[in-house]
Amino acid sequence: MSENVRFSLQNLTCAYSGQVVVRDVSLDIPAAGVTAFIGPSGCGKSTILRCLNRMNDVVPGFSLSGRVLLDGEDLYGDSQDPVLIRRRVGMVFQRSNPFPTSIFNNVAYGLKLHFKLTRAQLELEVEQALRAAALWDEVKDRLQAPATSLSGGQQQRLCIARALAVKPEVMLFDEPASALDPVATGKVEELVMDLGRRMTVVIVTHNLAQASRVADRTAFFLRGELIEFNRTVALFTNPQRPETEAYLLGRLA
Amino acid sequence: MERPIDLELKKLKEQLLTMAGEVEQQLSLAVRSLVDRDSQAAEAVIAADERVDAREKEVDRTAVEIIVRERPLASDLRLVITATKIAPDLERVGDHAVNIAEQALVLNRMPPLKPFVTLPRMADIAKEMLRQALTSYVEHDARLARQVIARDDVVDALHEEVFRELLTYMLGDPQTIPRALALILISRSLERIADQATNIAEQVVYLVEGQDIRHVHGGEERGV
Repeated sequence: MSENVRFSLQNLTCAYSGQVVVRDVSLDIPAAGVTAFIGPSGCGKSTILRCLNRMNDVVPGFSLSGRVLLDGEDLYGDSQDPVLIRRRVGMVFQRSNPFPTSIFNNVAYGLKLHFKLTRAQLELEVEQALRAAALWDEVKDRLQAPATSLSGGQQQRLCIARALAVKPEVMLFDEPASALDPVATGKVEELVMDLGRRMTVVIVTHNLAQASRVADRTAFFLRGELIEFNRTVALFTNPQRPETEAYLLGRLA
Repeated sequence: MERPIDLELKKLKEQLLTMAGEVEQQLSLAVRSLVDRDSQAAEAVIAADERVDAREKEVDRTAVEIIVRERPLASDLRLVITATKIAPDLERVGDHAVNIAEQALVLNRMPPLKPFVTLPRMADIAKEMLRQALTSYVEHDARLARQVIARDDVVDALHEEVFRELLTYMLGDPQTIPRALALILISRSLERIADQATNIAEQVVYLVEGQDIRHVHGGEERGV
């Protein structure tokens, strides 16, 4: 396997209670940059994303065949600890889901779970995570305020800070801006692009303009199958498969 | 399935075709002003150039509107992009028609140097190339576009032939220099018009195949 591949999906097939939703997907996700998954509702893009940090494990009736390799290691191998995987592979969801506690504690939570830190170290790490999520300047004077007092966009960036605090190698975003207004969306997108310069980022979005803005590469899925994977500009200007063309033109039946 | 963007794209294509029709008419009139020594026709060409310029802006406006409102992708996007590149090519053809008309005005004030043989032929080929390039755009016909590109060499060769012939006139009799120069400029304009048609055809290949074949030298690589 070439060095710069972060995830390698090999013949990945997923089903919920026996119903197949992802079919025989093979895909190498490079370590550098942002990769977007696009496709109509029910195409399997979110299911695949959730396989990248075993988030589907907790879904009743979920089953999987094929392999998901992270840096060459089988994520679903017997010796893998899902909690550790989720530290390496952070995730941010469509709806921000801050814990019902203070801003500070939200970010500190994962740090306390995974690392033994002094109070000073903890404060420093929290600050760094909030800075990385472009939220520090807005919350530095009210770190003890409840997270729920933040705006929707701020809450989403808080969730990003919380995920970044434990120093993941990969960040997964599942429709991270679909509930946000254009300004808050812009901030999240900027953050996604910025993170993509430093780590592997995979984003699921139904918003084609968003994929074209933030992603270096884009994968198009349809009915659980990978149809096309290419550099974003190439895929959006000159798709090679008729299904992709039809989807981009809004002509998909 | 008709989409909102389809109507807009149709409008864009129509504007481009209207512009192409007007440019073609300008070119025909310019060549006639030369061959028939019709200075009135030449004046008409010069006067109508503003209209062609306005058409170019119109195409641009529609293209920008489509980009902003519809955010076109894939082949829709390529259609809009190519329209904005073809319109300036057509506008340049219009400018060359004006150049020809201006030189015709000069020539029409002097006795003819020689009968017109090669220049009308060049004009016919250039016009046909232009028409075929536009047809290939409308019909998404990359094969026809490649045929247009292949014909550019024919016009280049004719231009060289005209140039050499007129050079002999000028060397033989200095009195022919003003007329020979005017004819060389006209030949040069026709040669450039064939180049514009080639540019348009290259855009059509991009439109249909998504492949940028500009500035690739040698027929084989351009697939002609």
